[in-house]
Amino acid sequence: MDRPAGKGVSRRGVLVSGAACAAATAMPASASSKEPSAPMKTPPALPVQVKVNGKAAALTVDTRTTLLDALREHLHLTGTKKGCDHGQCGACTVIVNGRRINSCLSLAVMHDGDSVTTIEGLGTPEDLHPMQAAFVRHDGYQCGYCTPGQICSAVAVLDEIKAGIPSHVAADVAASPAFSEMEIRERMSGNICRCGAYSNIVEAIREAAGRRQA
Amino acid sequence: MKAFEYTRASSPADAAALAAKTPGARFIAGGTNLLDLMKLEIETPTHLIDVNKLALDRIEETSDGGLRIGALVRNTDLAADKRVRRDYAVLTRAIVAGASGQLRNKATTAGNLLQRTRCPYFYDPNQPCNKRKPGSGCAAIGGFSRQLAVIGTSKACIATYPGDMAIAMRLLDATVETVKPDGSTRKIAIADFHRLPGDTPHLDNTLQTGELITAVTLPKPLGGKHFYHKVRDRASYAFALVSVAAVVQKDGTGRVAFGGMAHKPWRVEAAEAALPKGAAATAKIAFAGATPTHDNAFKLQLAERTLAAVLHEARG
Ligand SMILES: Cc1cc2nc3c(=O)[nH]c(=O)nc-3n(C[C@H](O)[C@H](O)[C@H](O)COP(=O)(O)OP(=O)(O)OC[C@H]3O[C@@H](n4cnc5c(N)ncnc54)[C@H](O)[C@@H]3O)c2cc1C
Ligand code: SF4
Ligand code: FES
Ligand code: FES
Repeated sequence: MDRPAGKGVSRRGVLVSGAACAAATAMPASASSKEPSAPMKTPPALPVQVKVNGKAAALTVDTRTTLLDALREHLHLTGTKKGCDHGQCGACTVIVNGRRINSCLSLAVMHDGDSVTTIEGLGTPEDLHPMQAAFVRHDGYQCGYCTPGQICSAVAVLDEIKAGIPSHVAADVAASPAFSEMEIRERMSGNICRCGAYSNIVEAIREAAGRRQA
Repeated sequence: MKAFEYTRASSPADAAALAAKTPGARFIAGGTNLLDLMKLEIETPTHLIDVNKLALDRIEETSDGGLRIGALVRNTDLAADKRVRRDYAVLTRAIVAGASGQLRNKATTAGNLLQRTRCPYFYDPNQPCNKRKPGSGCAAIGGFSRQLAVIGTSKACIATYPGDMAIAMRLLDATVETVKPDGSTRKIAIADFHRLPGDTPHLDNTLQTGELITAVTLPKPLGGKHFYHKVRDRASYAFALVSVAAVVQKDGTGRVAFGGMAHKPWRVEAAEAALPKGAAATAKIAFAGATPTHDNAFKLQLAERTLAAVLHEARG
């Protein structure tokens, strides 16, 4: 996004807050008195219950913990990636109650009672989700870092078209959207791939869409 | 991010009352703007009041033929509503021109209206910025100002309001409904909601401390052809350099509002009378007294040409 002057600072901010989260996780609550002169004695922590990939999970998290950090650091589901940590890249995309969101811009405590699907919940190595299989078949990646987010996003995109949600490239927003390459490119624009695997990603999604319609 | 307490609000009036009596409290809705700014410690609330469980997520017809949009209606749902797509297409077009599918799934009607500027110096805590830190100065004046405002600026701030949805709401003459900490309600015309920077650029809008947005209402449909043309540095997923929201009737009359030009959605009703005469005549009145910088003077020409493209399409 357009934020030239803030780049360096935001990266450092990410590292600092990431470290704060990790420290809070590793420490039992009773040890917090040993903490060096922190401004608040114990940072506020709250219980949350979420269903992740069909399994119930009960956590107690520092209120600052994002859904992304809860998935990665607390539940050890490291398939979901942290790219920018600012809603700009889509690497952290997961599906919450059937809708794709950026898990880096959402607090874990705001998801009490929610149902979350991550890349680990879509399929398994032995039994891939059709979208995962299509990405493999079409080489929809190079380094693979953006891929879990791309796949979660793509699965949700097909549902969004089916649900009739309009996009920026619609000639007539009142009409039902139809599947097209332009629609895919526009709807996937929140998922950045710095390896530039875009054309293969589009091919993979096209194939997965075709299979599902058949 | 600084540590904060977290409370789920139980009713709109309670949320407003709690926000007013808790120093450092902020509402959180989708979180897509607030959390971004909290990570950078540009926003440092000590208490977050989560409004997501309040029943403000419906779109209803009003008795005078308009629509009442709950403050928590997600951008995706507002853009996809059949009535909005049919009768207020400019609003759907503006929403889907902004952010990404993931962000629009979270972003709310109220949160979108209240999104903060994208001035690069506002985002850089090492730079003086009167909006972030009142009295510290403005690094954008004399700095990199390509994206910034060309009209309605002040000696204290030349930032723009960055959003898309609000430009369409300004065009449609929407009304913002709120509840205040004492439980009373008020209605604010969208024209009076966002403000110009003046000497107090830290205030983006006219909400009072603790005041909660409950809904946005739209008057009855205008008919005509609806347009939202957004010009940006890439084809998708970028903020506007310039945007034009317009409703044009068969006889060539209509309304127009501009995004990316000022600290608020820019609509000059007197300029709309010139729409049948064309883009140049309209832009001349809409941007009379503009104060562009060397870097962003191109926006004036770009806005006029974007309007010309819209009017051309309207005739076709
Ligand atoms: C990468 C990126 C790209 C983007 N691109 C665009 C774009 O192209 N165009 C565009 O228009 N926008 C864009 N956005 C901004 C996006 O639209 C906003 O972040 C979003 O609309 C904010 O809504 P929210 O519900 O998440 O707000 P929150 O972050 O929850 O809140 C924003 C503010 O509103 C206050 N608030 C929330 N609800 C209420 C209420 N009911 N009453 C009173 N105060 C309230 C909060 O206290 C906070 O100050 C982009 C954002 C990102 C991260
Ligand atoms: S233009 Fe406004 S937001 Fe930007 S640096 Fe100046 S005071 Fe801050
Ligand atoms: S890590 Fe969430 S969008 Fe980049
Ligand atoms: S495959 Fe490397 S970032 Fe997309």
